[in-house]
Amino acid sequence: MSGKKQYFFDKPKNVKLVLYSLYASCGVLLVVDFVVHRHIIHQWEQLLGFYSIYGFIGCTAIVLGSKWLRSIVEREEDYYDKDELTQNSGDDDVA
Amino acid sequence: MMMWPDQLPAFVPFFLAAALALVTRGRVRSVLMIGAVVLSGLHLWLLSSDITVSFRFLEYELTPYRVDKMSLLFGYVFHLAALMSVLFSLHVEDTTQHVSGLLYAGSAIGAVFAGDLLTLFVFWELLAVTSAFLVWAKRTERSYQAGMRYLIIQVLSGVILLGGIVIHLNTTGSIAFDFIGIDSLGGWLILIAFGFKAAFPLLHTWLTDAYPEATSTGTVFLSAFTTKTAIYTLARAYPGTELLIYVGATMACFPIFYAVIQNDLRRVLSYSLINQLGFMVCGIGIGTALAVNGAVAHAFVHIIYKSLLFMSMGAVLYMTGKIKATDIGGLYKTMPKTAILCIIGAASISAFPLFSGFVAKSLIMAAALKEGYEWIWLVLLLASAGVLKHAGIQIPYFAFFAHDSGIRTSEPPRNMLLAMTIAAFFCLAIGIYPAMLYRLLPFDVAYSPYDLTHVLAQTQLLFFAMLAFVWLNIQGVYPPEVRAVNVDAEWFYRKLFRRISASLFGWLWRTDTDFRKWALKKIDDITVYFAKIHSSTSGKASIIRPTGYMVIWVAILLAAYLWLLLSFPH
Repeated sequence: MSGKKQYFFDKPKNVKLVLYSLYASCGVLLVVDFVVHRHIIHQWEQLLGFYSIYGFIGCTAIVLGSKWLRSIVEREEDYYDKDELTQNSGDDDVA
Repeated sequence: MMMWPDQLPAFVPFFLAAALALVTRGRVRSVLMIGAVVLSGLHLWLLSSDITVSFRFLEYELTPYRVDKMSLLFGYVFHLAALMSVLFSLHVEDTTQHVSGLLYAGSAIGAVFAGDLLTLFVFWELLAVTSAFLVWAKRTERSYQAGMRYLIIQVLSGVILLGGIVIHLNTTGSIAFDFIGIDSLGGWLILIAFGFKAAFPLLHTWLTDAYPEATSTGTVFLSAFTTKTAIYTLARAYPGTELLIYVGATMACFPIFYAVIQNDLRRVLSYSLINQLGFMVCGIGIGTALAVNGAVAHAFVHIIYKSLLFMSMGAVLYMTGKIKATDIGGLYKTMPKTAILCIIGAASISAFPLFSGFVAKSLIMAAALKEGYEWIWLVLLLASAGVLKHAGIQIPYFAFFAHDSGIRTSEPPRNMLLAMTIAAFFCLAIGIYPAMLYRLLPFDVAYSPYDLTHVLAQTQLLFFAMLAFVWLNIQGVYPPEVRAVNVDAEWFYRKLFRRISASLFGWLWRTDTDFRKWALKKIDDITVYFAKIHSSTSGKASIIRPTGYMVIWVAILLAAYLWLLLSFPH
């Protein structure tokens, strides 16, 4: 035994395992769309892989949008504190 | 056989327990608090029919206690939330938090069972005051300031509500709390007052400002009651108000972008809370039986999984003293149970099939499509992917996985774990057996969330959103956690107002100083002038002239006079 305890995700093999199962699930879910007959309410849903594509693009758009938002609204950490607090209390610590 | 007073309003046990908690401590207090919540819950559970308690006060018909399906649903879930929150905070030795927590939960329960607007107003204000103590209980300068800002906005909401009630009473003559609508000024004011507590866009900053500043246990209380009381009142008074659809869609969307870039994980959850309220407000705006059912069902499950998420972050904060994504990470190594419970909450809020979020959100989504709001449906679908992103992944990932912060701690106290386990149980139970929840809904609507199409669609959406997260992370595009503050609408009163008032007062003081200086100088000048002209050596007034000088001037004056007299004899 080495001095440092090994935890589950310390082994790259396990991280890979999780990632590959995600990839595999996504693959299966995409294929299922071609097989299963779905009763749809709206014509947009007719598009093959509509939900998959929307989920992927939507999530990417949100992340990119957030990066853009950050460039506008980000300020230094004591932006408000320097006006409001008499002394900088620093990190929020619990009792 | 019944000697049990059915008419006993459900908030009474809470207020009694709060009074007793003041004078007890330790184990006695714990038993008392849990006992009061459980007994009050049983009391409500055993009610056999609807109840209306009313009496005349002056010339008004007041209804302080009204139990029907809608209020009962909120009554149940508020009791559950109170049980979890009280249990979660049992280890804390702080009378302020215990007493204000019970009073706060009791006020929310009082508000949802209020049958008239006056009673509602009283509990509305009690909610504000009692909850502020949960923010102050952290006892730092920062939490004091945040609590003050919180209280001012909450009381403002109450004042607007009172104004609206008075106008509404004048125009309709009724003080009953039923459908109000936005056809009158009173209706608008009441909507705005509700909007404050429901965190409508631009009125929302009290939430994201104060909730992350409360104690690790206080935020669990806060997350359950105030906003959901507002959702209840909106569902009562404004179902089918089309404006709310667009307000709700905005609320479902904009907080996602903010949540992604927050460093404080409890602030991420606060933004996520607004996103969830957006779905409910949207459902109320659509206003059909299916949609309103969806909104209140969503409120029900949301309270449970949101509490669970806030509890897991509270546990992290309590055990490590840290809650910023930059400071923590890798905690699954020493808090595996907390991590698993947090993931159950995350899966519920993300609406994975078999978890509670799925069976409630489906109702709202289905109603939006059915009523032809397809663009709104698309927006809500995007918001659903966003929920997964910021709450479903970001919270457990940054707290328990991501980079190893090196922090080695242990599981939180047993009462915290138990509270989280209860919440996780209900997340799964409702998700697996939705009939349990559907039975409690105010309208009879046949709906089954578990058909193949629907399950498949939701699973695809979520898995591919996860795939996008992984891909963005691998590509290095994903915005890294940084120590920073992100300004939102609170900037207007925390910075702009401060700046404007600072520069206004600065200008006023400067002008005042300048004016005084100018005036003093003028007085000085005048004095100097007089001094000069009277100066004995060179002053004009003190020049010595011969007497002839005067005689000449008199002669000139007389000559001028004579000349004028001769020119104009009449």
